[in-house]
Amino acid sequence: MSKAALCSDRVLLNDWHVVADLTNLSSDEPFHTRLLGADLTIHSRGRYDKEVVRNDTGTLVKSTKRYGFLWACLGKPERDIVFVPEAEEGDRHLVTGGSIAVRVSGLRAVENFLDMGHFPFVHTGWLGDEPHTEVAPYKVELTAADELVATECQFYQPVASPTAKEGFIVDYVYKVIRPYTVALYKSNPVQKHRLDVITLFVQPVDEDNCVAHPFLCYLKEGIDEAGIRSFMQLIFAQDKPILENQVPKRLPLDPRAETPIRADAVAVLYRRWLRDKSVTYGAIPARM
Amino acid sequence: MLDTAKTRWHPIAASYDLPFRHVFHGQLLGREFAVWRADDGYINVWENRCLHRGVRLSIGINDGRELKCQYHGWRYSNRTAGCTYIPAHPADAPARTITNRTFAAVERYGLVWSAEEPQGEVPELPGFAEGELLTLRGIAVNAPADAVAARLRSYRFQPTGQIDGSDAKVTVEAANDFSVALRAVEGSSTTLAVFFVQPVDSNRSVIRGVLEGRAEGAVRMAVLHHHNDRLSKLRDVVEREAVARPAPAPLEPVIERVSPELAEMPEETKHGRKATIRVEVARKWQAADGIAGFELRPIRGLLPTFQPGAHIDVHMPNGLIRQYSITNGPGESESYVIGVKLEKESKGGSICMHETLRQGDVLAISEPRNNFPLRRDAVKTIFIAGGIGITPLIAMAQALHNQNLAFDLHYFAQNEAQLAFPEKTSGLGGALKPHLGLTPEATGAKLREILANYQPGRHLYLCGPGPMLEAARNVATEAGWPEAAVHFEYFKNTNKIDDSSSFEVALARSCVTLKVPAGRTILDVMREAGVDMPSSCEQGACGTCLATVIEGEPDHQDVYLNDAERKSGTKIMTCVSRAKSARLVLDL
Repeated sequence: MSKAALCSDRVLLNDWHVVADLTNLSSDEPFHTRLLGADLTIHSRGRYDKEVVRNDTGTLVKSTKRYGFLWACLGKPERDIVFVPEAEEGDRHLVTGGSIAVRVSGLRAVENFLDMGHFPFVHTGWLGDEPHTEVAPYKVELTAADELVATECQFYQPVASPTAKEGFIVDYVYKVIRPYTVALYKSNPVQKHRLDVITLFVQPVDEDNCVAHPFLCYLKEGIDEAGIRSFMQLIFAQDKPILENQVPKRLPLDPRAETPIRADAVAVLYRRWLRDKSVTYGAIPARM
Repeated sequence: MLDTAKTRWHPIAASYDLPFRHVFHGQLLGREFAVWRADDGYINVWENRCLHRGVRLSIGINDGRELKCQYHGWRYSNRTAGCTYIPAHPADAPARTITNRTFAAVERYGLVWSAEEPQGEVPELPGFAEGELLTLRGIAVNAPADAVAARLRSYRFQPTGQIDGSDAKVTVEAANDFSVALRAVEGSSTTLAVFFVQPVDSNRSVIRGVLEGRAEGAVRMAVLHHHNDRLSKLRDVVEREAVARPAPAPLEPVIERVSPELAEMPEETKHGRKATIRVEVARKWQAADGIAGFELRPIRGLLPTFQPGAHIDVHMPNGLIRQYSITNGPGESESYVIGVKLEKESKGGSICMHETLRQGDVLAISEPRNNFPLRRDAVKTIFIAGGIGITPLIAMAQALHNQNLAFDLHYFAQNEAQLAFPEKTSGLGGALKPHLGLTPEATGAKLREILANYQPGRHLYLCGPGPMLEAARNVATEAGWPEAAVHFEYFKNTNKIDDSSSFEVALARSCVTLKVPAGRTILDVMREAGVDMPSSCEQGACGTCLATVIEGEPDHQDVYLNDAERKSGTKIMTCVSRAKSARLVLDL
């Protein structure tokens, strides 16, 4: 990888980001990655202790483990790692969905995660099918906790999840928790009153590259971890070539850079929310 | 040098790069293109990104008429690059201004030429006749265009007639920053070759060569190999030199911003014409000369029950709304079949249905409404159809036929080829009575013959062009048909609407009084006040927005009500009619 621009957005520098799935770390070999433009090396000290070192300065980076991932913060952590309440429920599988490198800004990856309109075209036969293409109106709001929440999202899906046996209209709730963290809640096909949760922790590698780390909290009934993971990877593999063909790679925050439609209500608010938070890393700032 | 390069024509692809329904990824001066040939032969050179989310259109689908984006299925039209369909909102017409950026395209010498801001013409190659030349395979080079062009001046090759020789003399006939013309001579063989250097980016180029004279078969292969081999060697040299120099910064083409109105998320359209049903065009065919048939299938669930005479509003991809009668016979509830005549003076409705809409498209339609109901207690029913006016009457005739009720279906048309839906009418047996190629006078005479001898218990249903309806209604009146037995449906209201009056409308049940100023309709004003009222054609022809008048004198301007209904003063079409009195009280 070429030398990347370093990040100067305080909100990102002082936050925690996933830098590795713990299952990918070997105790023998150092693991190389990059976060917000800074090259990092992860060393294993014994079986459990991990050390994250910045290559440019040789200094130790704050790190911790949670949800099966190794997390790092380049600055001073201003808040804790995102809390996932469903991870505390005993009847759920907690699965890391594989770390998927995507050559696009992580903000584009988050926006794609929030998008229902592409289901029939990108996830044909799984999360959508033509001609069921309509995105019905849904609600989006900024909560008191400064999260963006989209509710009353509905979409017809032929195979909505690894355990779905037939197509049905799936209810979604989307939540943008941090600039590079987004979650979706969808109806479980077996226990229809409960929700499966996928939280996508996006590692901003640099402005034009990211690694998506999905964290899945799925009800155990009728499904094993391998099934959950392979379904997630199937779906994400369908998104990856589309994301890597987005031009430009960074997310434009200028409202006139692209053409939103009503179905993009949550994306429009997401871009505005990023502007309001002065997030510029991985974005093309709006022209004044 | 690259500044002036923007105004010159450059080859961006070879003709063979655009096979059937392919999309080619081209690039010029850092700007990417999606290049595709439509089935009609037209070559489209477009900015390589969908206006919605920036996804490259070069990974899109060329369906021969439109390019469909892979991400959200947006469709862009051949030639105009205007967005024709946004699947996430099937009921809405995409704003006409959602149009991708297009670039000029010219196909010549086996190459496709384009330019960002072209001035002048594609270079003329004297002596190169179309079809009498050989287009070489493009050779990509990681080096600036001028370095490639400079090196090409010393390119050596054999004339086509002496391809296996080794003694050709090569002279430079012409050269500039982006092209070199060379002539190779050996013995009596001579070949002129022109090499164009396509500046892909500041440090990337493609050599596109054209040779005079045609070569076939083994000779052609030998010539292509010869140049491939030698140009590849030239590439190696140029690339070695380029690596030794600092690489120029990549060019950054400016991507134009979208218009301000497109940047705002559009509000939900709040017109009162509701299109709640999504159907797919399962079949489109020629139902008769100038008439297209459409079979509309529901995307999910069942279509609502319809009655003979009912129509639907079709919300077209171009934003227009038109009414079409359902032609289905009883029990044919799997899909709706409608017929659309291509109008000579189409304002965009029938043209859109005929030319834009295709099998597989999704349409938004309204629930069927029946403002032209069929009585089934007649001793005998006479149907009189003019041209496309057959559509509601086909549905009615099939209903009566199914119940073994007596009827005649008189079908006036220019000729046999114009008789629509023969597969439906043929089942009606002798009840179908076509009248072909009659003059207006002869039509009048035929109508008098048909409508003579009115007998109680008969009912007459008319649908066709305005003048014919007027004539038939007059004939019926003269022949003693009571108004209550004459039912008609106009295609449209051709009356000139006078909306200059201003008056007050009191809605008795809603307990509101509204002012209707000149230039606005009762329907509009009511909707603005939050009183919902169904409507369809909104021109006084279909009967959907009918209201009951309790007090006041209506100023009828519609073609839906018959004379008796008009005189009674108890009904009004709220979309066009107004008040002669200062105040109108409606039962709403």
